[in-house]
Amino acid sequence: MLNGKKVIAIGERDGVPGPVIAECLEGAGLEVVFQVTECFV
Amino acid sequence: MNFENQGVIKRLADQYGPENLAVVLGNGEASGVEVFAETVTEGDPSYAGPLAGVSLKIPVYHVLEEDVMAVVPEAIREEKLQLSSLVIDVEPMRQVLQAAREKL
Repeated sequence: MLNGKKVIAIGERDGVPGPVIAECLEGAGLEVVFQVTECFV
Repeated sequence: MNFENQGVIKRLADQYGPENLAVVLGNGEASGVEVFAETVTEGDPSYAGPLAGVSLKIPVYHVLEEDVMAVVPEAIREEKLQLSSLVIDVEPMRQVLQAAREKL
């Protein structure tokens, strides 16, 4: 599924922030090439 | 999705090839998820951003989907995602994203 993919992590301030997604996926051995936290107001 | 991030994704797709990319979202609510998915699969539905008319067909997942959570080491999952998984209802988002992935 995500195996071998380069990951773009788009988090949300009121959900899971980008750095947390990146940390989780890097911990799984995946390469995160961009991470950001969007804010919907 | 804001135009700045659309531009970054377009550049990364040019650099790595869209077939080598996946998007993982962290949205707290289902509203907006469908637009995110459409933007990186079919193109910007508002026809205003850098991805207007650009069909990248990048698969989109939510970080709290079972299949994604399963690859995260248990210690990190418990520390970073457990609380979110209790308060965020991921199922409606999983259904939207699954439907979008099946169209790829």
